[in-house]
Amino acid sequence: MSVNQQAHTGPPYGQPQPGYQGYQQPAYGGQSLPGVPRSQYGAYNGPMPEYQQPVPPQGSLRAPPTSGAPPPASGASHPSGHLAYSQFEHGDVQNGIPASAAPMQRPPASQPFLPGSGSTPVSQPSAFQQYGPPPASVQQLSNHMAGMTIGTATASAPPPAGLGYGPPTSVPPVSGSFSPPGSGLYTPYSATQGPPPTSVPQGLPVAQPPFPGQTVSTQRLPTQVPGFAPPPPSTGVGPSSYPPTTGAPRPPAMPGPPLPGQTLAGPPSSQPNHVTSPPPPAALAGLHPGPPMSGLHGPPPPTHPPQPGYQMQQNGSFGQVRGPQPNYGGAYPGTPNYGSPPGPPPPPKRLDPDSIPSPIQVIEDDRSNRGSEPFVTGARGQVPPLVTTNFLVKDQGNASPRYIRCTSYNIPCTSDMAKQSQVPLAAVIKPLATLPPEETLPYLVDHGESGPVRCNRCKAYMCPFMQFIEGGRRFQCCFCSCVTEVPPHYFQHLDHTGKRVDFYDRPELSLGSYEFLATVDYCKNNKFPSPPAFIFMIDVSYNAVKSGLVRLICEELKSLLDYLPREGNMEESAIRVGFVTYNKVLHFYNVKSSLAQPQMMVVSDVADMFVPLLDGFLVNVNESRTVITSLLDQIPEMFADTRETETVFAPVIQAGLEALKAAECAGKLFIFHTSLPIAEAPGKLKNRDDRKLINTDKEKTLFQPQTSFYNNLAKDCVAQGCCVDLFLFPNQYLDVATLGVVPYQTGGSIYKYAYFQLETDQDRFLNDLRRDVQKEVGFDAVMRVRTSTGIRATDFFGAFYMSNTTDVEMAGLDCDKTITVEFKHDDKLSEDSGALLQCALLYTSCAGQRRLRIHNLSLNCCTQLADLYRNCETDTLINYLAKYAYRGVLSSPVKTVRDALINQCAQILACYRKNCASPSSAGQLILPECMKLLPVYLNCVLKSDVLQPGPEVTTDDRAYIRQLVTSMDVAETNVFFYPRLLPLTKADVDSDSLPAAIRNSEERLSKGDIYLLENGLNIFVWVGVSVQQGLIQNLFGVSSFGQISNTLSALPVLENPFSKKVRSIVDMLQGQRSRYMKLIIVKQEDKLEMLFKHFLVEDKSLSGGASYVDFLCHMHKEIRQLLS
Amino acid sequence: MATYLEFIQQNEERDGVRFSWNVWPSSRLEATRMVVPLACLLTPLKERLDLPPVQYEPVLCSRPTCKAVLNPLCQVDYRAKLWACNFCFQRNPFPPAYAGISEVNQPAELMPQFSTIEYIVQRGPQTPLIFLYVVDTCLEEEDLQALKESLQMSLSLLPASALVGLITFGRMVQVHELSCEGISKSYVFRGTKDLTAKQIQDMLGLSRPAVSMQQGRPLQTPEQPPISSRFLQPVHKIDMNLTDLLGELQRDPWPVTQGKRPLRSTGVALSIAVGLLEGTFPNTGARIMLFTGGPPTQGPGMVVGDELKTPIRSWHDIEKDNARFMKKATKHYETLANRTAANGHCIDIYACALDQTGLLEMKCCANLTGGHMVMGDSFNTSLFRQTFQRVFNKGYNGEFRMAFGANLDVKTSRELKIAGAIGPCISLNAKGPCVSENELGIGGTSQWKICSLDPSTTLAIYFEVVNQHNAPIPQGSRGAVQFVTQYQHSSTEKRIRVTTIARNWADAQTQLQHIEAAFDQEAAAVLMARLGVYRAESEEGPDVLRWLDRQLIRLCQKFGQYNKDDPNSFRLSESFSLYPQFMFHLRRSPFLQVFNNSPDESSYYRHHFARQDLTQSLIMIQPILYAYSFHGPPEPVLLDSSSILPDRILLMDTFFQIVIYLGETIAQWQKAGYQDMPEYENFKHLLQAPLDDGQEILQTRFPMPRYIHTEHGGSQARFLLSKVNPSQTHNNLYAWGQESGAPILTDDVSLQVFMDHLKKLAVSSAS
Repeated sequence: MSVNQQAHTGPPYGQPQPGYQGYQQPAYGGQSLPGVPRSQYGAYNGPMPEYQQPVPPQGSLRAPPTSGAPPPASGASHPSGHLAYSQFEHGDVQNGIPASAAPMQRPPASQPFLPGSGSTPVSQPSAFQQYGPPPASVQQLSNHMAGMTIGTATASAPPPAGLGYGPPTSVPPVSGSFSPPGSGLYTPYSATQGPPPTSVPQGLPVAQPPFPGQTVSTQRLPTQVPGFAPPPPSTGVGPSSYPPTTGAPRPPAMPGPPLPGQTLAGPPSSQPNHVTSPPPPAALAGLHPGPPMSGLHGPPPPTHPPQPGYQMQQNGSFGQVRGPQPNYGGAYPGTPNYGSPPGPPPPPKRLDPDSIPSPIQVIEDDRSNRGSEPFVTGARGQVPPLVTTNFLVKDQGNASPRYIRCTSYNIPCTSDMAKQSQVPLAAVIKPLATLPPEETLPYLVDHGESGPVRCNRCKAYMCPFMQFIEGGRRFQCCFCSCVTEVPPHYFQHLDHTGKRVDFYDRPELSLGSYEFLATVDYCKNNKFPSPPAFIFMIDVSYNAVKSGLVRLICEELKSLLDYLPREGNMEESAIRVGFVTYNKVLHFYNVKSSLAQPQMMVVSDVADMFVPLLDGFLVNVNESRTVITSLLDQIPEMFADTRETETVFAPVIQAGLEALKAAECAGKLFIFHTSLPIAEAPGKLKNRDDRKLINTDKEKTLFQPQTSFYNNLAKDCVAQGCCVDLFLFPNQYLDVATLGVVPYQTGGSIYKYAYFQLETDQDRFLNDLRRDVQKEVGFDAVMRVRTSTGIRATDFFGAFYMSNTTDVEMAGLDCDKTITVEFKHDDKLSEDSGALLQCALLYTSCAGQRRLRIHNLSLNCCTQLADLYRNCETDTLINYLAKYAYRGVLSSPVKTVRDALINQCAQILACYRKNCASPSSAGQLILPECMKLLPVYLNCVLKSDVLQPGPEVTTDDRAYIRQLVTSMDVAETNVFFYPRLLPLTKADVDSDSLPAAIRNSEERLSKGDIYLLENGLNIFVWVGVSVQQGLIQNLFGVSSFGQISNTLSALPVLENPFSKKVRSIVDMLQGQRSRYMKLIIVKQEDKLEMLFKHFLVEDKSLSGGASYVDFLCHMHKEIRQLLS
Repeated sequence: MATYLEFIQQNEERDGVRFSWNVWPSSRLEATRMVVPLACLLTPLKERLDLPPVQYEPVLCSRPTCKAVLNPLCQVDYRAKLWACNFCFQRNPFPPAYAGISEVNQPAELMPQFSTIEYIVQRGPQTPLIFLYVVDTCLEEEDLQALKESLQMSLSLLPASALVGLITFGRMVQVHELSCEGISKSYVFRGTKDLTAKQIQDMLGLSRPAVSMQQGRPLQTPEQPPISSRFLQPVHKIDMNLTDLLGELQRDPWPVTQGKRPLRSTGVALSIAVGLLEGTFPNTGARIMLFTGGPPTQGPGMVVGDELKTPIRSWHDIEKDNARFMKKATKHYETLANRTAANGHCIDIYACALDQTGLLEMKCCANLTGGHMVMGDSFNTSLFRQTFQRVFNKGYNGEFRMAFGANLDVKTSRELKIAGAIGPCISLNAKGPCVSENELGIGGTSQWKICSLDPSTTLAIYFEVVNQHNAPIPQGSRGAVQFVTQYQHSSTEKRIRVTTIARNWADAQTQLQHIEAAFDQEAAAVLMARLGVYRAESEEGPDVLRWLDRQLIRLCQKFGQYNKDDPNSFRLSESFSLYPQFMFHLRRSPFLQVFNNSPDESSYYRHHFARQDLTQSLIMIQPILYAYSFHGPPEPVLLDSSSILPDRILLMDTFFQIVIYLGETIAQWQKAGYQDMPEYENFKHLLQAPLDDGQEILQTRFPMPRYIHTEHGGSQARFLLSKVNPSQTHNNLYAWGQESGAPILTDDVSLQVFMDHLKKLAVSSAS
């Protein structure tokens, strides 16, 4: 692929606007589908003008098509356009939201475009046209629509429009309520879609270009669908095949050749959502393409057919293949076969990757649609923008999505429905999430000596949903309906609307998130807590000393101690610090300020750990600074000649625990550890690493701790509020699965630096350490999630300990830790009252203040499954599924876990297909708009190191990742499973923005470019073999590809725009992640490339993971089996 | 030879030996009828100014079971260069070095005046002396400060090459590493957990072989300092460091809540000290010096819980079997003491507190290892300071008056067997032909180990005459005993002191008067007292008293002259005359009476009684009382209430206390201030005289006695009143028609009553 693409890119480079297109094109070249998104990107990035230019032509074209009904929408304004869309989509898809989302996305994107490309408008027109023909097969279309939510949505949207055109206005209602009509429209679509292929290319922005005017196309396309654009011209070239499948096919079909330009526009929009749409086009392409795309299609048709074979239809677009069959039936006699897996076995099998839903596209759409306006949390059950979108949040009564995200914002009213859909109801909660500076931190509320006002029965805290009655003398609990007297000091009159007069003065009545000052009743032993302590525990065994680690840590601590977390505006941190070093024995240090020199106290009795000193172990940094400095100077010297290689581990934690106990405070241990603890002591471990266990029933033992000792220890730690952060520097197996138990259960973090080398890993480690020390953290935390009657929090995932079924206990909870909570029905919910969540976190702040942080969230409830599917969030769903699966491997064979995952997703999708999508050929894959990325993401989860390890993945890595993922928030899981791949050579050196991401597939890479891939843990910089020397010189400071060293751990600092830009990108990415990512330079065709390819998650993986395309086929098969 | 008294005196001077009988009954049966066993008090290292050690190895008898040392009693064939062992009669050739001997050219060991001789021998590497301080930090600030100063001061008293170590303890036990620059290091142990020696050594990183074998790394530095160096360092190298370290010692920082005792881990601290030395310097001279300011309150060896409301055990509790920790603690310390002794180390206990500190349980540590036991009220007293300083006193030749790791081997001629020994020693379980089956004291062996001894350390050694009555010993033949003491001199030299003595046999039936005349009643009293005290450690007090009484009665029956059933006719010869009186005071002494003494005090008194030489022991049994008055020069007076007169100043020395008591009139005079008037200067002198004499005693005594200055009616006068014979009590105050003396408010019997009863029983034909 890459070669082909490059070829393409080549042309674009040369031909269209060299600079721009050149860059983009290559990228595009890689991604055939992205056409649409690109267009958007293009617009965003700056190509705007260009777009607009092209737009005009289209616009003109569209104008006509849309003219009927759409015109107003499209032409009028984006909003209108949106509306129109949304209506359409709703109608068609039923996924009101997704549909809307899709449209939404477009609008923004399109806005710029609209004028010109107005993808939406275009689509509509196209739809119309298409519909026109399809009507017969309307139903199918509708199905598609429904199923395809997104893709279909778009696609379908148009159709309704088509139908509705006349009644466009009416369409909305129709579509909204009736899927059939929409579908009707659709069917034709699908049918037509077959043909649309032609349109597809258009659908992709590219498509348009071809039509409108090559000129336009070139410009836009390049930016947008460079790949496509180029293809057309270069038709002959490899790319041609792609483009056709993706972009080309549809548009043609839809719009019918005639209105290609416009139609194309339409389809494209649809395509973005649903990759499928393109495929159909492909199929259609055969037919339609002929005319419009001919040039392009020429090649495509052949390719397309195979695609259809896959039968993949997403929102409809996937369906194409199949859809085509049924619909096309006539048209594609052959295709039908394809539709059915067997049919098009060998050659056809190849489904065009561009035709399947693209994460990049979805992300871009959301970003453009929803990134511009603040997300106001006032309304119940709103689906927030994707995590990849930058947006501001205005708290108007519901917690910000930064704190809580749900898998669905519309909960089925009954458990039967929930079971039927198989969609897990879960919330991903990050109680102490960091907010952007523009947003305000939760206000601190003090209700005085009697403590926060709470419901008498369920103890829920005062929140905006509490109903004040009887003139404000009582309030009715929104969770349990119990009526509670308002305490006299809290009484306030109600206004005429029943709101308290002080509504806006009290955060707990008007905001979704706020904090209460806890009273002594909320404290352990009824005593206000002391300020917490940090204890640094450094391994000083031979390995640690030799690698320079000990010296490094000591040096760093000297300055780092000035940056301990402080509360608000306090002058100095209240946190006290203590120091321990250890190998086979432990060394405590007395650094009391009155001492002339530090005192070292060796405890060799590791079997029965205790803290040898009371006074002087935990000290205030400023008071004891000279002693501490002296100590940190001496530690590396003292152990410089050590020959001790054995270490202990459990006693180290015990020591910290005992120290905190003695000091009667909570705190955090920072343990820097290098090796498997084999010294004679409690918690001694043996090397049990056995790769032969992989893929056996015993594989789970690799994830389980060797001994239950650490579980008990963790329990003790939690009871004391002793959180453990573990920094590991292994040179070999050290059993992360066991060592991680305590950090994991105490809410701590694990950092792992395998084969630590000072030169290369120093920055990464120090950055992690600094961040870890400085970040906001709460101690001795207990979290409880209360829900309104009808659902109940039943399961929890994350780094914590639970001693009962409701309270999540964490010795420490930092701003990056996330808890995923699953809910189950225990009664019926009502659509009227919806469902409420209240997450209350009781914790001790870094200054030792006891507080309660409350997050409230209201959700809608539905009696129609379609509502559920329309309000889902795939990223959150994946977060939940990954955590669920990663926990599953502890108790079940990995294969079972994988199968269960696939099965659940198949059921989710099948349920949708069965209940929400309009009937269509079984051969069509129809995906809900909101879940169209579910297959690709799920595939990424299935291929992850934990569930399907490659040969180079160590047991420790798997255990490490398993635990890591368990605490991740949605944004982190998103990028972890589907890494971000950025073409650096396309970056605009003059702007702050990132280059448009491309899909994670090798075929998207061009030899002549440099790419950056990040997944939250690593950053790869991939350099193609034929990258221009100038770029290499600029970026690496060496003159040729061959001279690039792949041992670099950072990019050289060079004074040229490109280097600066790339480094700023890297810095920006580093800044976005909670951990400092390891930078790895990968040269194409180099050994390391294998490692890199592992992260190209749309491709087949070496360990046997399916490619996206293959997996999608597999999913489809599963779904069909479920349906039949 | 003038008198037996002189003979005894002379022998003691020369050999440090006092026998109960200086003429021995020649048969077993007769010997048992003598009541007082044939025994001796041996002061192995008695200071001899006139005894220059010889610089060669002793010549030993070649019989493996004998190995007696060549001595003046041996028959020598100068021509054949042979000598006959006087114990086993083995004929031995002289070693080559003795080729030149002749009747006129005798080696020292053959000269009669060298019945005691000391050899300096070269054996093994010399290791410096080791002093390991084990310091309690649960003290009052003042006490700790005083103790720290004493310890710092002691550094200057130690031999420069000596190794010192420091262990401190409170709730935890810290073993301090002494060679650190820039940071002070210590190893810390939990105070509640007993550890085996191996564990301790592992934890202190002393098991070097294991460490170095670990990885066979090439880094092995060839000249690695001895492992122990981290904890035990030569004084001259680290005295600054250690002085600072001691200076920085803080009170145990763990909070002690109201109503609690501080947690004191004495048991573990000692265990670690023992383990540390055991692993690093076995069989070399080492002192573990424990300074404690209170009872162990946790961990193994705890004596009392930390609740103040539960008082520490009293004799009453012990009798009622109410001392819950005693047995376990005693066992712990016994185990430790035995381990220490096995390694040739000793444990000193310096316990300063107002309440008991658990000496009862810990006594074996000092008793079995020859260590000192010092009991005081506070470390901040001159009693402690001076006593402690005196540990490091030097002898006439500038050598420390301490020796280590002594091995006492006793050899006897065939007619005698060894029944046992009582003193600061442990048995080495050396069975042999001369070991009796009847044990007295620590028996069943002919060899004992005395881990630490000084020139006054005295053992009682008991013998048994085994010669049968029907195998008479030829007239004029002598029995012989040889004491071979190998020890490490304070200069770290290995030395052997050999004392060989001989006594005549006599047939008790025909020569009883000889035997009688050769009775050493002082030695006999002390020897019997030691037996009694030894028994009192394990038996009920009244039983011991009854046993003592019976022995006394039997002795009187045997050696008294009386008409049956006529008490008034009872007479004892001069050589026995004082004996009953000693017994009377012994019965009243704190060694056998526990009334009014805490268990700790009893242990303390008994400890010292079991090791002091004859003179001191007698003082302990029967304190000395001097009177100062205008009527004449100071004179010793009867230890009797009748000696307490208004115009007298009394000076009493009980060994443990020096009491100066001003009679009623004297006290009034003093109050009136006459001593300050020039015209009454003589009064001033009178007042001063006992003070000076007291000082003199104080100067030489170890441990420092408690110095009590009191007067008639003073509360502290009780120390005097409790000791004197209560000849006048409230019961008989006017019966005697005397106005002198002071009545003692007691129901105790007086000496007169005691003697009356004794006479009655002795002459009674019923017994």
